[in-house]
Amino acid sequence: MHPAYSVIFFTVASGAGLGLIAFMGLGALRIDEMSTGFLLTAFGIGFALSVAGLLSSTFHLGHPERAWRAFSQWRSSWLSREGVLAVVALIVAAIFAGMWLFLDLSSAFFGVATAVLAMLTVWATGMIYAQIKAVDLWHRWLTPVCYLLFSIAGGVVLFLFVHALMTGKAGWELSSVAMIALLVAWAVKLFWWRGSENTPTSTPDTATGLGHLGKVRLLERPHTGSNYLLKEMGFQIGRKHAKKLRMISVMLGAILPILLILLAIPAPLDVLWLGLAVLAHLSGMLVERWLFFAEARHSVMAFY
Amino acid sequence: MTQLPETTDRKLGLVIDLDTCVGCHACVISCKEWNTGGYGAPLADTDAYGEDPSGTFLNRVHTFEVKPANKPAMVTHFPKSCLHCEDAPCVTVCPTGASFKRAEDGIVLVHEDHCIGCGLCSWACPYGAREMDAVEKVMKKCTLCVDRIYNENIPEEDRVPSCVRTCPAGARHFGDLGDAQSDVSKLVAERGGFDLMPEQGTKPVNKYLPPRPKQQQMADEPVNLAALAEPKATGFLGWLDGALERLG
Repeated sequence: MHPAYSVIFFTVASGAGLGLIAFMGLGALRIDEMSTGFLLTAFGIGFALSVAGLLSSTFHLGHPERAWRAFSQWRSSWLSREGVLAVVALIVAAIFAGMWLFLDLSSAFFGVATAVLAMLTVWATGMIYAQIKAVDLWHRWLTPVCYLLFSIAGGVVLFLFVHALMTGKAGWELSSVAMIALLVAWAVKLFWWRGSENTPTSTPDTATGLGHLGKVRLLERPHTGSNYLLKEMGFQIGRKHAKKLRMISVMLGAILPILLILLAIPAPLDVLWLGLAVLAHLSGMLVERWLFFAEARHSVMAFY
Repeated sequence: MTQLPETTDRKLGLVIDLDTCVGCHACVISCKEWNTGGYGAPLADTDAYGEDPSGTFLNRVHTFEVKPANKPAMVTHFPKSCLHCEDAPCVTVCPTGASFKRAEDGIVLVHEDHCIGCGLCSWACPYGAREMDAVEKVMKKCTLCVDRIYNENIPEEDRVPSCVRTCPAGARHFGDLGDAQSDVSKLVAERGGFDLMPEQGTKPVNKYLPPRPKQQQMADEPVNLAALAEPKATGFLGWLDGALERLG
């Protein structure tokens, strides 16, 4: 599948941003040491990433001026549900953040609601792809699980960074949570990748319905040039370098951030290390997301 | 509304005969001709006379080779367009309601003024029946010539999809596949019409008729084609031919 940069940036940025917002929501339950600066920084980064991501998602539309219509079909469409959930999650999060900042009221109700809505939004993003039966690699319940776990991991790494930045310490407890979140997310992703070895559901035999007569192969394409289908669904560069790119994404997204977090625990320079951990993780996620699209094979290719 | 209708009153669709299709692409051209001036935005071509020509088509003809074990290969021309599925996955994924399936006749259409051009429906279609127009940036698909089949301003014999009207081989048939007594339904029953990619669970309305089994079995020995090209003369010329041969 064609990897659109706006969609890659959107899913990575809003995934991490909503993860951080969800963590702040849960933070209302127990962390009482948050200063105004802490709240401003954390919510600032969370909202900036989510909103930038959502805005960038409209860049790949043919008609962005009609994007408002996408809120209407939540009964059947996961894309519409994602849009509705994102807006509701951000409004609830804004109320929650506003109450905390201006009224000094950390409402557990709004906090939990923020966390749940933020995670539901990320789940809906995963379901947009998981619902597509024509793409075997995506059409699995593990797909939204991966999106959710990566959002949580990104959120907790960001939270750890903000925590270190505002309080001057990372702490074993929070660092361990971040490392566990990273390990779990990437372990599930490694398992998800094994799906690329599955045999395709649809083949030239089933696509033409002629498989019972003999071995079916394409003799002539319907056109000498390229077309929308081949550009959008026939992307093949990804599969060519898939193995190397998977290694790169795991190195950047998992191993490097974990080493940097370990390094940050005793050192006085922890903010710098954690800043680098955030950057490494997000870069690894960009590679992972590029591959998510580029590796996926669409059933229409059985006709080509 | 992107929720699918529970049932449709009729199931209008095409039956395509893979035995008869000669792969002339006339249906591709007539489809493009009618639909570039018909329902919705025109079907754009980009770089039509340049190095990388590309264009929007609602119907394309692929050509496959089928090689049975121990038998010569056979060639099958394979026209492919929207199958107007009963469980159309392209419709339910649409976030705006631009894609819909009509309850009265089952035709799947795009309300182009509502389409945001996100492309998700083209991903959801397992057959590649939808193409985004490169100029208008809206999703294009087969309309089953909805602007012909009910059009009282054109002669009655023209009130069928353009591809069906133009097919010189009679390989394309149009009708109500929901009515067991219709000509197309009878044809499907008689010839063993089948669905494309049944494993995708889309329940296509359009059906394909398989190639008929070859009546003449090919000889096991290779035929000496050169011998067939030798001229065979009879009568006076035959006598002359033989006499001259004998002279050496």
